[in-house]
Amino acid sequence: MKMNGIMPLTTLDRAAKKMVGAVQEYALLSGRALGNLFRRPLYGADIITQADTIGVGSIPIVILTGFFTGGVLALQTSASLSQFGAAGMTGQLVSFSMIKELGPVLTSLMVSGRNASGMASELGSMMVTEQIDAMRALGTDPLKKLVMPRIVATIIMLFFLTIISDVVGISGGGAVAVLMLGQDSSQYFHTAYQALRYADLIQGLVKPIFFGFIIATIGCYYGMSTRGGTQGVGRSTTQAVVAASVFIIATDFIISRFMIGIFGR
Amino acid sequence: MSQSAVAPELQERPPRDPVVVFEHVSIGFEGKQVLQDISFSVRHGETRILLGPAGVGKSVLLKLADGLLRPDEGRIFVFGEEISAMQEKDLYPLRRRIGIVFQESALFDSLTVKDNVAYRLKEERVPEEEIQQRVTEALRFVELEHTLDKFPSELSGGMRRRVAIARAIVSRPDLLLYDSPTGGLDPITSTTIIELVVKQRDVYHTTSLLVTHRLQDAFLLASHRFNKEANQMEPLPEGHSDEQTSFMILNEGRLVFDGSTHDLVHSDDPFLKRYLS
Ligand SMILES: Nc1ncnc2c1ncn2[C@@H]1O[C@H](COP(=O)(O)OP(=O)(O)OP(=O)(O)O)[C@@H](O)[C@H]1O
Ligand SMILES: [Mg+2]
Repeated sequence: MKMNGIMPLTTLDRAAKKMVGAVQEYALLSGRALGNLFRRPLYGADIITQADTIGVGSIPIVILTGFFTGGVLALQTSASLSQFGAAGMTGQLVSFSMIKELGPVLTSLMVSGRNASGMASELGSMMVTEQIDAMRALGTDPLKKLVMPRIVATIIMLFFLTIISDVVGISGGGAVAVLMLGQDSSQYFHTAYQALRYADLIQGLVKPIFFGFIIATIGCYYGMSTRGGTQGVGRSTTQAVVAASVFIIATDFIISRFMIGIFGR
Repeated sequence: MSQSAVAPELQERPPRDPVVVFEHVSIGFEGKQVLQDISFSVRHGETRILLGPAGVGKSVLLKLADGLLRPDEGRIFVFGEEISAMQEKDLYPLRRRIGIVFQESALFDSLTVKDNVAYRLKEERVPEEEIQQRVTEALRFVELEHTLDKFPSELSGGMRRRVAIARAIVSRPDLLLYDSPTGGLDPITSTTIIELVVKQRDVYHTTSLLVTHRLQDAFLLASHRFNKEANQMEPLPEGHSDEQTSFMILNEGRLVFDGSTHDLVHSDDPFLKRYLS
């Protein structure tokens, strides 16, 4: 590439403008889709179809990742804790980590890999084959018919998937602690349960609501801004997963900081 | 919507009122100017054929007329409303009166032929039996009633184009926009499609704007009429052309011709002569 001093600046300038434009468009899409939430028609059937593909389809991977995450947490924490003679606290640490952090974050990352990409490729192909334009031409608002049901379905489903992941993760940790590390099962589950406060549960259940919103809006945004044929669809799909994942982890940090500020734990 | 409130007003309208008006419309993409200072109008009951070389902006012009794109400059009126100044949400009721056939058909690939054609009626919550009847009627119009439960991917290009026409006419629109309905098709299928357009024009007198880059199709349209008794298209007497059909030609972003079939074939303009030969 040829450089002549001024060019890097102008490309930087253009990149910055493009970025600001993208953020603006993303905010507009999210805002409009939410604004449609209570306006008729409601597209209940579309919400149910989406809930089915997002929720039911994700259950196996959520169970698998939840189980092994809980298991590995039990392995690692009990190894560290036994250095202080506190291996009996394994249950507490596993349940804390699962409910506050790993349950919501890992579930969201899994669902983002499956569904942010799915939404971006589905809406992207509709975009490049003019089906979105056809929908607008036939008098339907794609934000209402396509985006809004995906947002609602993802938020609801991610909430329940996170609960499943928490439960399976704590059980997986228990299985490892009891069967592999020879700990007492009632002690494990007792500490796992006893140490929990409402603040922890709230923190763990507020996160999937934000993450679900991020997954659906990012997936739809990249889908709806697809240009350039099938290659463009492939590009949007990967970009959607990457952006959603980074955004989820960054938001997780912000929510945690905020919640700890409120509840002090 | 207030369909019934609109209807009486429609009948009172003087028959030659413009349905589509473009006033000094310009549009460009990423710094590249596509259309410049385009002005024309389509009157009630007229069929206007838009010709021009590939990539000149014919599809863009048609999308502008449906409010799917917005002009950078100029104003666009459809049914007397300035669509270039309306918000997207206010355009939806207006678009329900417009049927559009996209260049690549743009059928919903996850829906069957029947659901594609029924799409708009379902969105408008038309009763099920009426949907059934109107969908069958529209598909019979394009002679595809046997494909009801097929998916678009199972159809040939020409069949997809006919389904797209059925989807556009099923709501009995007051304005039809056809984007290259014969593009990429063999001459026989093209003639079948042009026959459908002629039928729509002569049987229902729907105002329409038709894009094509095939001159032979354009002249076929201008020189034929639909015979209802025989249920087929027939040529007009030698030297005659359909009075409601006229031409527009785009070149390098500008409208270089706007007039009747007669004016077109007798034009002295060097570009037009080269284009027509
Ligand atoms: N959404 C868009 N974004 C950027 N450029 C566009 C867009 N739509 C059209 N263009 C550009 O506008 C120009 C005109 O395109 P258009 O599709 O209207 O051509 P056309 O006259 O319909 O051609 P054809 O006869 O091949 O269908 C092209 O150069 C195209 O690249
Ligand atoms: Mg075109």
